Amino acid sequence: MSGLVTQRNAPFLLTGPALLVFLGLVIIPLGMTVLLSFYDWGQYKGIVPEFTLKNWIEVFTDSYFFEIFMRTFRIAFLVTLAAILIGVPEAYILNRMSPAWRSAFLLVIIGPLLVSVVARTLGWALLLGSTGLVNQGLIALGLIKTPLEFMFTETGVVIALIHVLIPFMILAVWASLQRLDPQIENAALSLGAGRITIWRRVILPQIVPGILSGSIIVFALAASAFASPAIIGGRRLKVASTLAYDEFLNTLNWPLGAAVATLLLVALVLITVGSNRLIERRYAQVFE
Amino acid sequence: MSHLVLDGLTTRFGGFTAVDAMNLSVGRGEFVSLLGPSGCGKTTTLQMIAGFVEVDGGGIRLDGTDLVSVAPNKRGLGIVFQSYALFPHMTVAENIAFGLEMRDVPKADRDRRTLEAMELVGLKGFADRYPRRMSGGQQQRVALARALVIKPALLLLDEPLSNLDAKLREEMQGELRQIQRSIGTTTILVTHDQHEAMALSDRIVLMNQGRIEQIGAPHEVYDRPASAFVASFLGKTNVLAATGDGEGTVTVGGLVMPLPGAGKGPLLLAVRPERLTFAQAGEPGLEARITGRIFQGAHWQFSAESAAGALTLMRGNDGAAVPGEGETVRLRFSAADAAVLPAGAAA
Amino acid sequence: MRRNGPLALIFHGLFVIFMLAPLLIVCVVAFTPEGYLSLPTRGPSLRWFRAIFDYPEFIRAFRDSLWLAALSSTIAIMLAVPAALAIARYRFPGREAITALFMSPLMVPHVVLGIAFLRFFTQIGISGTFVGLVLSHIIVVIPFALRLVLAASYGIDRRIEHAAISLGAGTATVFRRVTLPLILPGVVSGWLLAAINSFDEVTMTVFIASPATVTLPVRMFLYIQDNIDPLIAAVSACLIAMTAILLFALDRLFGLDRLFVGSGKG
Repeated sequence: MSGLVTQRNAPFLLTGPALLVFLGLVIIPLGMTVLLSFYDWGQYKGIVPEFTLKNWIEVFTDSYFFEIFMRTFRIAFLVTLAAILIGVPEAYILNRMSPAWRSAFLLVIIGPLLVSVVARTLGWALLLGSTGLVNQGLIALGLIKTPLEFMFTETGVVIALIHVLIPFMILAVWASLQRLDPQIENAALSLGAGRITIWRRVILPQIVPGILSGSIIVFALAASAFASPAIIGGRRLKVASTLAYDEFLNTLNWPLGAAVATLLLVALVLITVGSNRLIERRYAQVFE
Repeated sequence: MSHLVLDGLTTRFGGFTAVDAMNLSVGRGEFVSLLGPSGCGKTTTLQMIAGFVEVDGGGIRLDGTDLVSVAPNKRGLGIVFQSYALFPHMTVAENIAFGLEMRDVPKADRDRRTLEAMELVGLKGFADRYPRRMSGGQQQRVALARALVIKPALLLLDEPLSNLDAKLREEMQGELRQIQRSIGTTTILVTHDQHEAMALSDRIVLMNQGRIEQIGAPHEVYDRPASAFVASFLGKTNVLAATGDGEGTVTVGGLVMPLPGAGKGPLLLAVRPERLTFAQAGEPGLEARITGRIFQGAHWQFSAESAAGALTLMRGNDGAAVPGEGETVRLRFSAADAAVLPAGAAA
Repeated sequence: MRRNGPLALIFHGLFVIFMLAPLLIVCVVAFTPEGYLSLPTRGPSLRWFRAIFDYPEFIRAFRDSLWLAALSSTIAIMLAVPAALAIARYRFPGREAITALFMSPLMVPHVVLGIAFLRFFTQIGISGTFVGLVLSHIIVVIPFALRLVLAASYGIDRRIEHAAISLGAGTATVFRRVTLPLILPGVVSGWLLAAINSFDEVTMTVFIASPATVTLPVRMFLYIQDNIDPLIAAVSACLIAMTAILLFALDRLFGLDRLFVGSGKG
């Protein structure tokens, strides 16, 4: 090695460029956004760089904002729950397939991840509209008489988000299923355990870490999703991210939008970091 | 009376017959090994007994009752898996007690039997450990205790020692044998390791390509291989080209010797390297030229060329002088040490 | 391993339908001959695919998106490779924190990033420019590039590099002739994943795009906000078809499970 590069300074020289970029393009802009949330704003005077708690007080006291944040986390919770209920069995089924079938269906499951979320949500808008295929099908089957409202409802947003985010759950659970001893089910079987007991006592406890890490990803992405709620929910059904979008690009009240965005960021960081800690502590003993 | 009976047991994977009309009777308390190269069907046989692989033909009877129609979780067999398949999220005690729990054994009884099982395998004091924090040998003992605690009618061992290093494996072999003797559970061991099979079993079942090649006590199959496959799979062996006259005499190279029961015409003889000896001066023998000599401490190993084919032979190191490379020697063996292989059976 | 029962297969079949239905409906509707959203019951028509060419903004946005993806993922990989090598092979103070920082764009909601960039770029006067788009996209795709290069870097046996040094190779030569070829699969798949994510990014980009420089997903999003018609279905169908082709190519070249699942362990 040349005289300038030593064992001691090499890591800093190597990470330096990326570190500078992150300092300039992540730390500073995020800091400015937090700062912006403490600025004043008026319809005619625009942004006034004077310290005020006005935006934060408004966000925390106005029931309008409370409702939107509640809705955001309710949607995220429902999407996460559905992702667990559908994704865990699907990952298990996938894991039991022959390798050829498995890689074929992996294409089907991972593939949509690479398709623009706008195109995917458009598909749901076409399916879920009052004259969409889902309603036509349900009417044809005689299950309903009048079309169900999916568009501009939480149900519609939840369905679209499940579709967008469930691959993350399946991948996380599948990764933990692959770490299972392939003979573990047979071992339990030979000791007298039935199908349900094997699932409850042997399989589930071992894949819980995978389910939890998948849940954290799905929850965080669902709570911060933008395009799907914007297209399916429209202006009528706002969530935190579409609210921030409106404040910035329609109302032009940037300081208030910055407060909403900062609150979303802080809430998500607290939830994800907190649950990660919890998982690590709970499972450190068994799984290193 | 036979304890376990396999009667024409057959299974196919697609078009491939993995186990082909297998017949076997195992006596109560017997230790039987299924031995053979990978893909010979030994593990598949074990999995059919356990109920993990479907049976396509024939039957399995345990104490006279049919086992095939019994669900795998109702068969009550103890199984030790190659990977141990311990439940990583349960402690040693929880692992061992699992089978008792499935049988609704009362808690006090369960705890007592779990403790006994841990003592039996020498794991006293490990109750609250998690498997990942244990060595391979210790995990192996947990797997054995977990299989034995349910007092299985049959103990199935699927390559249980193959993940251990050589020294530990030898130790565990002795222990396994001693535990099996003391509790007297009928045991089937699947292995590809001939030394393991010979050290542990009452009888060895040699399998190849889904069929049984030979069944017998370890020394029987070793000394009297029924086929060229058995002869070459079990230890080293020399296959010598010979000619029989149909009246109990064979000619091997220049060596003419009586061999009762040998047929007429060309035939193959299997002779172990340690049973070939150097002929005394003046004695007739099979002429061979030494092509290589390796010293192995307790014995010498020679390779040689003869009219009957290439040979390997062993000679104990008794301090006497031994022939060197290039020397010509005369070899002989006793009729009792030669097994006549079926004609045309190439190794 | 036991086989799946009939119930499991029915569940799986329904799930596959669920995953494919929205993509298929877009492709089917795109072929409608009518002037409104409907299934092509009178037979397929290419009318709306031809109509795309009457809207040059879609074509221009597509071209801009490609450039943006290529440029930002290339710069991201150039930053990620040295950083990954440092993280994989040195123990230095702040290593964990630096790794977490580089991965943070995955955790920070893209709405928040979009707002932060909008504010920052407005202040420094590059708001609505292509340069701004590239800078912001570098940040959001670095985690993908870093993760795959990192996974590849952990797998290198350092003795191979020591062997090269003992044979007289200098630092630069060792990197060019030994290290880089060894991590190349990670670099290539990292670049690809970064490019795909840049191409698909909409949430953050919608804040910083301007009418002059806009990406295809943002263009489509803004169009859908106004009106959903067969034209947007045709544009989406083209996008879906291209992704499908790319997907099969990637699967053949790398194996998708390696690209996505293997990367999770790094």
